Amino acid sequence: MKDLVSIKDINREQIELILSTAASFKVVLQRDIKKVPALRGKTVVNLFFEPSTRTKTSFELAEKRLSTDVLNFSVPTSSVVKGETLLDTVRTIESYGVDYIVIRHSSSGVPHFISKNTHASVVNAGDGTNEHPTQALLDAFSILDKKETLEGLKIAIVGDVCHSRVAKSNIYLFSNFASEVRLVGPPTLVPEFKGYNVQYFNKIEDGIQGADVVMMLRIQSERMTKGFFPSTLEYASLWGLNSARLKLAKKDAIVMHPGPMNRGVEITSEVADSDQSIILEQVTNGLAVRMAVIYLLGRDNEQ
Amino acid sequence: MKPSLFEGRLFFGQIMKKELLNKKDIDRAVSRIAHEIIEKNKSLEDACLIGIQSGGIHLARRIAAKIKDVEGVELQIGSLDISFYRDDVGIRKQQPVVKSSDITCEVSGMKIILVDDVLFTGRSIRAAMDAIMDLGRPAIIQLVVLIDRGHRELPIRADYVGKNIPTSLNEKVDVCLAEDSIEDGVFITQIDQGAI
Repeated sequence: MKDLVSIKDINREQIELILSTAASFKVVLQRDIKKVPALRGKTVVNLFFEPSTRTKTSFELAEKRLSTDVLNFSVPTSSVVKGETLLDTVRTIESYGVDYIVIRHSSSGVPHFISKNTHASVVNAGDGTNEHPTQALLDAFSILDKKETLEGLKIAIVGDVCHSRVAKSNIYLFSNFASEVRLVGPPTLVPEFKGYNVQYFNKIEDGIQGADVVMMLRIQSERMTKGFFPSTLEYASLWGLNSARLKLAKKDAIVMHPGPMNRGVEITSEVADSDQSIILEQVTNGLAVRMAVIYLLGRDNEQ
Repeated sequence: MKPSLFEGRLFFGQIMKKELLNKKDIDRAVSRIAHEIIEKNKSLEDACLIGIQSGGIHLARRIAAKIKDVEGVELQIGSLDISFYRDDVGIRKQQPVVKSSDITCEVSGMKIILVDDVLFTGRSIRAAMDAIMDLGRPAIIQLVVLIDRGHRELPIRADYVGKNIPTSLNEKVDVCLAEDSIEDGVFITQIDQGAI
C-alpha cells in the first residue's frame, strides 16, 4: 500500500491491520514518553490547501510522535497565491526528498492526482466533498472501542451526507463489514449511493430507531451555495439530535461527531456532553489511527 | 505433518530440516535458566520477566512458572513489541505485523529480565532495550535466550542461554512451542541455494 487516497482502495484485511496497529499506538500514547523512533529520518509535508485546525493538528502530532521531520505548507503563505500550479508545487516539495505528503484540498480528486505524480506516499486528509479516509478509520476504531464488532451494527449517519466526505468514507468502510447503514436527513442532502447497501430515511425519528451508533454530521454552510433547507432553526428542529430523539436509539447507543460541532444546530449541548457521546475520544483515537496509517504506508506486511 | 518427519531429509525444494532440541531438552533448558535467575538475583521481588513478541512470551511464562515452583515467588510478566524501535525500516520491505505490548509493572527501579527465543544479530535486543528505556529507568536489564546462534552485529551478550548453536548465515532457526505450535522443538533449516 503506497498511498491512502480512498477507502475504496483498501480491503477489509488492510482496514483491520490499520486498526490493530492503531491499538498498539494507543498504548504508546498513554505512556510518559509518547514518542517512538519508528520513522526517524523520514520527512512528512502537510499540504493544506483548505483551512483546518483539528485534522492538521492531529496529523502533525501523529507525525511528531513517529519521530518524522514535519514540514507545514499552507496556502496563504505559499507560492500558490503567486500562481504556481499544483503539479509544480508538488514537484518542488518532492525535491526536498519528502517521504510522505498529507494533503487536504477543497477540490475532489486532488490527492489522487498527486499520488499519480509523486514517489512519496500520499495521505488524503480530506478532498472536497469526496473522501476523508483517516476520519472513517478513526470512527471505526472508536466504535470498536465500545462495541465488539462492526458486523451487523445499526449505524445511523445523520445530516448533510451530500457535502460530507466523512460520511462517504464511512459508507465505503462499513460496506466491508456488513453493517446496517442508515442515511438520515432532508432529501436535498441525502444522495443515493448506488451499489452500496444503505437505507434512506427522511425523518430522524425513523432513522435512529434502535440504532447502535448515531453519527452526526456538521452542516457545512461553507460548501452550500443553494438553499438545501429553509433555515438553520428549521434544520435544528427537524433533524437535530436532542435527548428525546436519542432515547429512540438503543440504550447503549453511542453518539459521534467528526467536529467541529455546531451546537444547537445538528446536536444539542446536552447530547454532545452526555455519557453516550464519544466525540472527544474520537479526537484521541484519531492520533493513534493517523500514526498507524503513516507507519504502515510504503511497506508490505507479513501475515 | 509433524515436523520430525522432515528430519534430515532433502526435498526437491532443497530444504533440509533438522531437530536441534526436543521437548525434553527445552524443558531442561528452561528449568536451568530459572535456577540461574534465582541464583544470580538475590531478590526477585522487584523483578519482571518481559517476553519479546512473539517468540519470547511463552518462554517468559514458562520460566515464571518454574521460578514459582522452585522459590514460590510469583514474578510479574509482560510482553513487548519492538516494531516501533526497529532499525531496518526502509531496508527490510517486509515488516512483521505490529503486536501488542503489555507491561503493567512500573519499569523504573525494577530488574527487567528480557526473554527472547533466538539471539542472532542482537538488533532486536537493542530495539527492546530502547523500548524499555522509554518506559522508565530500570535498575538493571538482563537477557534470557533459548538459542544463541551467533553472528552478532552489536556488542550484546545474553546473561542466560539455553543452548549455544553455531550456525551459518544460510540457515534458519525456528523455535516451536506447544502454546502455538504442534509440539515443542527447535529446528534448523538449511536453505541451500546452490544445489539443484
